[in-house]
Amino acid sequence: MSSVDWTNPAEPGPSKLFEKSKNVHNQRIDGPFRRFKWLVMVLTLAVYYVTPWLRWDRGPYAPDQAVLVDLAGRRFYMFGIEIWPHEFYFVAGLLIMAGIGLFLVTSAVGRAWCGYACPQTVWTDLLQHVDRFIDGDRNARVRLDAAPWSAKKISKRALKWSIYLVISFWTGGAWIMYFADAPTLTVDFWTGQAAFVAYTTVAILTMTTFVLGGFMREQVCIYMCPWPRIQTAMLDEKSLIVTYKDWRGENRGSLKKAQKDPENFGDCIDCNQCVAVCPTGIDIREGPQIGCITCALCIDACDKVMADIGRPRGLIDYATLEDCEKEAAGEEPRPAWKALLRPRTIAYTLIWCSIGLAMLFALGVRSHTEISVSPDRNPPFMLMSDGSVRNSYTLKLRNMESRPREMAIDIEGLPGAVMWTDTIRREDAAARQVVTAGADQTHTVRAYVIAPSGTAQGDFTFKVTSRDEQGESDSVETRFATPEGSQ
Amino acid sequence: MMANEHPDSSGSGKKRIDEPTGTKFVGHEWDGIEELDTPMPRWWLWCLYASIVWGIVYVILYPAWPMVEKATEGTLGWTSRGELAQDMSLADKERASFRAQLAEIPTERLADNPAVMQQAIAGGHAAFKVNCVQCHGSGAAGSQGLGYPNLADDDWLWGGDLKAIEYTIAHGIRQQGHDETRSSAMPPYAGVIEGERLTSLVDHVMSLSGNGTTNPVGAEIYDVHCTTCHGANGEGDRPQGAPNLADAIWLYGDSAAKIERQILAPRMGVMPNWQGRLDPATIKMLAAYVHSLGGGEDFVEVAADPAVETDEQR
Repeated sequence: MSSVDWTNPAEPGPSKLFEKSKNVHNQRIDGPFRRFKWLVMVLTLAVYYVTPWLRWDRGPYAPDQAVLVDLAGRRFYMFGIEIWPHEFYFVAGLLIMAGIGLFLVTSAVGRAWCGYACPQTVWTDLLQHVDRFIDGDRNARVRLDAAPWSAKKISKRALKWSIYLVISFWTGGAWIMYFADAPTLTVDFWTGQAAFVAYTTVAILTMTTFVLGGFMREQVCIYMCPWPRIQTAMLDEKSLIVTYKDWRGENRGSLKKAQKDPENFGDCIDCNQCVAVCPTGIDIREGPQIGCITCALCIDACDKVMADIGRPRGLIDYATLEDCEKEAAGEEPRPAWKALLRPRTIAYTLIWCSIGLAMLFALGVRSHTEISVSPDRNPPFMLMSDGSVRNSYTLKLRNMESRPREMAIDIEGLPGAVMWTDTIRREDAAARQVVTAGADQTHTVRAYVIAPSGTAQGDFTFKVTSRDEQGESDSVETRFATPEGSQ
Repeated sequence: MMANEHPDSSGSGKKRIDEPTGTKFVGHEWDGIEELDTPMPRWWLWCLYASIVWGIVYVILYPAWPMVEKATEGTLGWTSRGELAQDMSLADKERASFRAQLAEIPTERLADNPAVMQQAIAGGHAAFKVNCVQCHGSGAAGSQGLGYPNLADDDWLWGGDLKAIEYTIAHGIRQQGHDETRSSAMPPYAGVIEGERLTSLVDHVMSLSGNGTTNPVGAEIYDVHCTTCHGANGEGDRPQGAPNLADAIWLYGDSAAKIERQILAPRMGVMPNWQGRLDPATIKMLAAYVHSLGGGEDFVEVAADPAVETDEQR
């Protein structure tokens, strides 16, 4: 261990263990991909901010917010769908669909999620537009960054960061609206009457948006996010990625040089526009890399330059690695959409669709009336003074309609047995009892079933039927225990 | 393990470049594996410093270092036990209004107020698990072999309405030195009824609940010795605490041998008087719970037991 001098390596200047992150000042660009990015940004932000304010009439017993995650009431409302905790598999199914959807998108069009729809991308993009609005375009921002702190710089920074904060606060504020009635919560929030957790959530999300969107930006994608690592495992040579066609571009050189010596130079005039517009500050010409979120802004930039110098577009383009090789070998370029149709993407699409259809089907046929029974096991039976035998059960009647419903409970398959409950007197014992289950509630009934002396131990059925036009029913088999059976 | 400097990295003043990644080598090599110069982002270091600061602040504010006796206490004075106590007192405060409500409602009227009754049953269930399960069992089914009464059936020695149950819990059974306790005694008949006469009596007693047939000798002995308390047809007498002999429920066993033993040398159970050990609210909740087990009886205004006052009489 003697030969290494850690403090003073033989090299001139020590290796740095840490480096300051370089600010990315991406240049404004216009083009089809940039316009698509605008569209996605407007759509995703609109969905995020507007959704909690949409109303959906569910009658007097349920909230009228279209999308609501009611944690306290343990209900999830999404337009006409209401999910109970025991139906959480619908949410699990949605998450699985989201996962497979990402696989599908990744294997088809690479990191499109990263480039267009990821919240980190959308908010970073939004705040980069704020930079541009306050400080000017790339060159002005680079200059301002390097400039010493002056009154002008301070005021510009203060203004910019204030706008960041307002956007961040609005972002955090919109989030909590999904968890309570939005208009009520807004009033409560500003009058100081909202729950403590609401303020904490807004504070945390304001801070994360401010820091991650305003300052960390591409560092989140490059150092913190696991998704790029997972995606590299899912991409293959048949996936569409944003790539620089080096066989066409190299050797690169300025327009002048290339004009002098066209034999030795390719189409790339080394104008650096692709680097200037990149929101993560990478050079796409170095090949596919983890910093590339495939937002395709470099395609827009390069196409513009190619048009200006009169060369065909697509020096940087969406292409698969396989197509690149074929193209380099002189074959005709294949249209990009052809890369989308292949067994892998079709398989993902089929899986994705079948999960969706299965869930829709399950949603369509699910019953809004359910019963579950838990028989008392200690004691399993009760000998009464007249020799008859009583068993006790806890019944849970689930009324998933948002209105109170009368429900009939029947005992089937236990001759001579009658029941009463904690609210129905023993004198009124009968084989059928009617109870009212509250709107959107699980109604617990303590049922005492009594059967004449000599009844054999065995199974019987509790059946619940809703007494309305739906007439939904559900039944469950349970056990009737007797002293004879236990001996 | 030796860390060697790569020959190329020393002296020449020129960094070698790793071809595939285009990154410089640092110059260290371990068994042929070389280190590339890829510095961490600076903010990563700040995160480390921030966590160190956070750690120091935490150690100062909260219990942290384990010492010989206990951990360092922290300036906030926070303990997990303290937090539990705080939560418990908060929960007690929340229950205070329920307890006030419970105290106001007479026991026998509890059933008219389903919300309070429900909560009383829940509270009684909890208290039952602590105080009663030792004898009556966690399901309140008692034990025939050991002579602990079943509280979930419809056979009551001392009455099965809310008020009577509350009285029994409060004052106990056969508690010496406690005047209001439930009390009854059956004399031992060893040496009084013996031999064939005893067998005849046992047969007659069993016939009262429909087991076997009676006989004149047994019936006559029963008339002389047993009717006063147990009634002519074995129906028992609650005011005296005399068990019903004509039903299907036998506290000390329903076989001929067990009945014979109970005649010769009666076993008589005891129960502590819980008044003074438990507060009145808990006793009330216990009564509600026992009543709810399935055999509870309705309260009748003129109680069968004179010891049970109705609130009108009070």
